Amino acid sequence: MESGCSKKLEEEKLELRLGPPGQEHSSWFIKDESLPSFGYFSSLKSNGNQAHKFPPPEDHLVGSVLASPWAKNHQPKPPSSLQSSEKKQTAMPSNCPQKRTAPGPVVGWPPIRSFRKNLAAPSSSKVASETPVGLPHKVANEKKTVVAEPSVKGLFVKINMDGVPIGRKVNLKAYDSYKKLSAAVDELFRGLLAAQRDSSAGGIVNKQEKEKPITGLLDGNGEYTLVYEDNEGDRMLVGDVPWHMFVSTVKRLRVLKSSELSAINLGSSKKGKTVEN
Amino acid sequence: MSEDDERQRSPPSDLDFVSNKARNCNATGSGSGHPEFQSAYPDQVLENVLENVLHFLTSKRDRNAASLVCKSWYRVEALTRSELLIGNCYAVSPARVTARFARVRALHLKGKPRFADFNLMPPDWGAHFNPWALAMAKAYPWLEKVHLKRMSVTDDDLVALAELFLGFKELSLVCCDGFGTGGLAIFVNKCRQLKVLDLMESEVTDDDTDWISCFPEGESHLESLIFDCVECHINFEALERLVARSPSLKKLRLNRYVSIEQLYHLMIRAPQLTHLGTGSFSPPEIAGQGDQEPDYVNAFVACKSLVCLSGFREIIPDYLPAIYPVCANLTSLNFSYANITAEQLKPIISKCHKLQVFWVLDSICDEGLQAVAATCKELRELRVFPVDAREDSDGPVSDVGLRAISEGCWKLQSILYFCQRMTNAAVIAMSKNCPDLVVFRLCIMGRHRADHVTGEPMDDGFGAIVMNCKKLTRLAVSGLLTDKAFDYIGRHGKLLRTLSVAFAGDSDMGLKYVLEGCPKLQKLEIRDSPFGDAALCSGLHLYYNMRFLWMSSCSLTRHGCQEIARGMPHLVVEVIRSSDEEMDDAVEILYMYRSLEGPRTDAPKFVTIL
Repeated sequence: MESGCSKKLEEEKLELRLGPPGQEHSSWFIKDESLPSFGYFSSLKSNGNQAHKFPPPEDHLVGSVLASPWAKNHQPKPPSSLQSSEKKQTAMPSNCPQKRTAPGPVVGWPPIRSFRKNLAAPSSSKVASETPVGLPHKVANEKKTVVAEPSVKGLFVKINMDGVPIGRKVNLKAYDSYKKLSAAVDELFRGLLAAQRDSSAGGIVNKQEKEKPITGLLDGNGEYTLVYEDNEGDRMLVGDVPWHMFVSTVKRLRVLKSSELSAINLGSSKKGKTVEN
Repeated sequence: MSEDDERQRSPPSDLDFVSNKARNCNATGSGSGHPEFQSAYPDQVLENVLENVLHFLTSKRDRNAASLVCKSWYRVEALTRSELLIGNCYAVSPARVTARFARVRALHLKGKPRFADFNLMPPDWGAHFNPWALAMAKAYPWLEKVHLKRMSVTDDDLVALAELFLGFKELSLVCCDGFGTGGLAIFVNKCRQLKVLDLMESEVTDDDTDWISCFPEGESHLESLIFDCVECHINFEALERLVARSPSLKKLRLNRYVSIEQLYHLMIRAPQLTHLGTGSFSPPEIAGQGDQEPDYVNAFVACKSLVCLSGFREIIPDYLPAIYPVCANLTSLNFSYANITAEQLKPIISKCHKLQVFWVLDSICDEGLQAVAATCKELRELRVFPVDAREDSDGPVSDVGLRAISEGCWKLQSILYFCQRMTNAAVIAMSKNCPDLVVFRLCIMGRHRADHVTGEPMDDGFGAIVMNCKKLTRLAVSGLLTDKAFDYIGRHGKLLRTLSVAFAGDSDMGLKYVLEGCPKLQKLEIRDSPFGDAALCSGLHLYYNMRFLWMSSCSLTRHGCQEIARGMPHLVVEVIRSSDEEMDDAVEILYMYRSLEGPRTDAPKFVTIL
């Protein structure tokens, strides 16, 4: 055992105690050294006010088996002796618990294999979605400044949507108009958005619920609006310039809540001024 | 008989052997059909027919029954059995096995008892694969498949498998130890026909060897590569190339050293995968983050055949939505390393209508379990593991979650549930709502903890389980339990094969009830319970039918165990000490099992065989 107090609790726990069921320290262990084997049952009976009923000893069993009295008071060895011979055990928590009812840790209890222990909570610092451009550590980490991935086959730009933690990628070369792009955005995010909404609604999930199409991305009438970041880092509304010009300057797309658009400084060259929820 | 001759030849096909014999018989005869056979070789005919028929018998129990009919059936069955399942490696010796069975293609072997997983058994106890490897190499050079559980396997054993068995195809190591990446490297390099390499919950030493690079070049036959338990860095580029040249690969389970971005690259190369272990499911520390990140949703869209998902070893929950596209097809989902909340779980689980197997952490709380119950109507198996496996930790799941599951998932067959608080009422509810339960394992982590509402022992709850779940074969009990619980088990647990007991019972009667009442008991594992020699003796009629009995930190004495050993010559009674302290009369660990071989010769010092 790691500390003296836990050993004491262990011994305390092993003391013979009689009482109504439901007590934490249920009694089962006999400390009296002079107890003869045959008397195991009868001596407990003679202790008077029993909470647990013991059936009369079955003579043929007790008589035939025990050649010598089981008299010795043997305590279970403290878990530390088991632990010391182990090579591959993750460290047991060594704190002496505050609660009276909780003795120190026991080897192999609860029965969980060692590789399932010590599971850390997910680190919140490693959020991979939108990161404000202005933060110094992020700038230092990013090796590449070019963010669009041009190739013969496609021009992939990253696109994130408010309320959806995970980003998607869209191939701009696959479309030739804003209308088609808007339809593509709906297809990419409709399911994801519906799922996020289902969860935050709470309660029982209705699997018949229709996934609402994402519309009005370009005209300002929809719940969401499509914006993009150009090669100068400015944020612009999608749809203002001819398509081919848009494709040549766009670096990143975002689908933002229309209600929060006014708070965003569009077309400004001030970096770091982003509003994320 | 010519079976012995047959054994020397190159890999025989069972049916070929039979048809050759038939043709030989015909050649000696002069005319038409059957009467020739009957007059010349009556036994031959019977054996030929038997061989043909027994060829189709696959179940071990059926084969065991067939072998008991008579001597010729025994002989023929031994010739045709191609898959050996040995539940205790010490119950029978390699020599005896190879003497009886002629043409074994697949070997399943189990070693240590389950409580060894929880460090209750001192290390180096035994269960060495080596003698088996050597015996198999001589007797069954065409062995294709080896499946080991809780065995000690050395690097040399792995090399032997690769070098001595030319057509070796499948290796599966579950809860094994003793080998490292060095042995793996040689194994994968020499096994040119390898289809399956499954390493599950095994301890693999990091020998600093890049074993992934050691797979031979050229197209590989790999169908399954599972290494999620291997705690070492791997060469990702080599892995990517391996996956790219394994067109048959269906199962791939990565370890936590594979980042989500690397996972993406593997997934787009292997869209045919049916089983995927996702590795860490988080980005590497220094990443081309943000805009350079691939579209993870796309990767899951591409894997249209995915039915089994696991991994998420160091999950960043923001990435979880990437798996939405596959949820509707999933039959198995393992979140048991993903520390996620109910809110994070709900969008996922609400799509998993076909889910049959679900492993999860209790971080999802009762609320998360309610969400599971609401959607997963096909659920057959549920395992809820604790994030914080200590007795006095907070309990995020309780009787509330258990009851919700019982009300939503009525087809449940198997449950493992770790919690801090439970009530008899919830357990009784489950016993009534889930009549198909075959496995019920409830672990109330606080020892001797009573029903937290009534203060009563948990006797009635477990009693209801054995009473109402008529198909129950496996039971693990916990919480405050008196002898009454064992009385219930003895009365109603007539199909029970495996029973796990810890910190339970009042007296010898508890164990007696079980030993006298459960005729089908195979595996009984008990720790820290007040059962003594008298109780042990009440099971004499059962021990030859059982695979093993484990009792640790109970009230057994050496004398008592000696009595048993004396009376039962085919029982190996091991008394195991966990420290160097002098042996006294008290028995710390008793492990006893039936065996045809008598005491084993490889027992370490701390094991005394009575």
